[in-house]
Amino acid sequence: MKFAILVNEGPYTHQASDSAYQFAKAVLAKGHELYRVFFYHDGVNNASRLTVPPADDRHIVNRWSALAQEHGIDLVVCIAAAQRRGMLDENEMKRQGKDANNIAPGFRISGLGQLVEAGIQADRLVTFGD
Amino acid sequence: MTDELEMEEGGGVVKKFMFLNRKAPYGTIYALEGLEVVLISAAFDQDVCMAFVDDGVYQLMKNVDTTGIDMKNFSKTYRALEGYDIEKLYVEKESMEARGLTEDDFIVDVTVMSSAELAALMNEQDVVISH
Amino acid sequence: MLHIVNKSPTERNSLDSCLRLATKGSAVLLIEDAVYAATKGTAAAAKLQAAMADLKVYALAPDLNARGVAGRVLEGVNLVDYGGFVDLVAEHNTCQSWL
Repeated sequence: MKFAILVNEGPYTHQASDSAYQFAKAVLAKGHELYRVFFYHDGVNNASRLTVPPADDRHIVNRWSALAQEHGIDLVVCIAAAQRRGMLDENEMKRQGKDANNIAPGFRISGLGQLVEAGIQADRLVTFGD
Repeated sequence: MTDELEMEEGGGVVKKFMFLNRKAPYGTIYALEGLEVVLISAAFDQDVCMAFVDDGVYQLMKNVDTTGIDMKNFSKTYRALEGYDIEKLYVEKESMEARGLTEDDFIVDVTVMSSAELAALMNEQDVVISH
Repeated sequence: MLHIVNKSPTERNSLDSCLRLATKGSAVLLIEDAVYAATKGTAAAAKLQAAMADLKVYALAPDLNARGVAGRVLEGVNLVDYGGFVDLVAEHNTCQSWL
């Protein structure tokens, strides 16, 4: 079965991203397909390459990046929500004339249509948020 | 599941999407960004409806003036939904009444339904996206 | 339909809204802070127990354990792990998260 996940909160403040990650791992362990993880609202902050948690804590961002790398998972960050919150990839950095970008490996920035499309393509869409 | 779904003319899949709004506007961004998903969904020719439950019913208030808080007033967007062919707007009666509101307080025409009716409608959906 | 609740019943009204709009035969999964609703002696316990006549109620064990309340679970609540969470989503046509 094809699953999609929507993450609506950023890392650390809410459990949403942790729950979504544990759920994503279980989806894969059960042999299902994970079609896409879409990050919306403050969820876009899960994609910040500049995140530095204490050494004895989980690294939420790197964990998502590793999942994308190991299983080819499509991690999509909503562009409109990302721009509002200072999340830019290299292309957007140039387009907006900014001096830095901060998107972690494995994440890509795209439009909200990717969320609707995930709802259409996947058999199930599960939302994690506040 | 896919084989049970109605096919649109172009051969694409048409799913029933419900956007369920449970949060008041302005205090948090969920109502505004939730509305942005609804507008985008119009481009996908899906069977879309919006439901307003709990504090979500406050999104539909008339007489909104945000000048004093310097935030964008997006009340008019609910009126524009019709132009996007999003015409099915449902308000749960229990939520509306618990907030001392009537249909006359809303900026758009809505269908008011009981919890039981809305629950039945929810069960028919293929995708529920809730804010 | 699978209803997913993640908020403590003493902090938000999500569980009440969920129970109001969940139809007979539906499943309710309590995760994150909503697992407190599945514990004995709380204000929500009677409500949840009454709802169990029509609904199947599940709670995510890792979240109960993390909160130190695994030993206080109400009778009739089914415990699942993340794998069981995935199965529940797969078994029901749609799911709704009461955020």
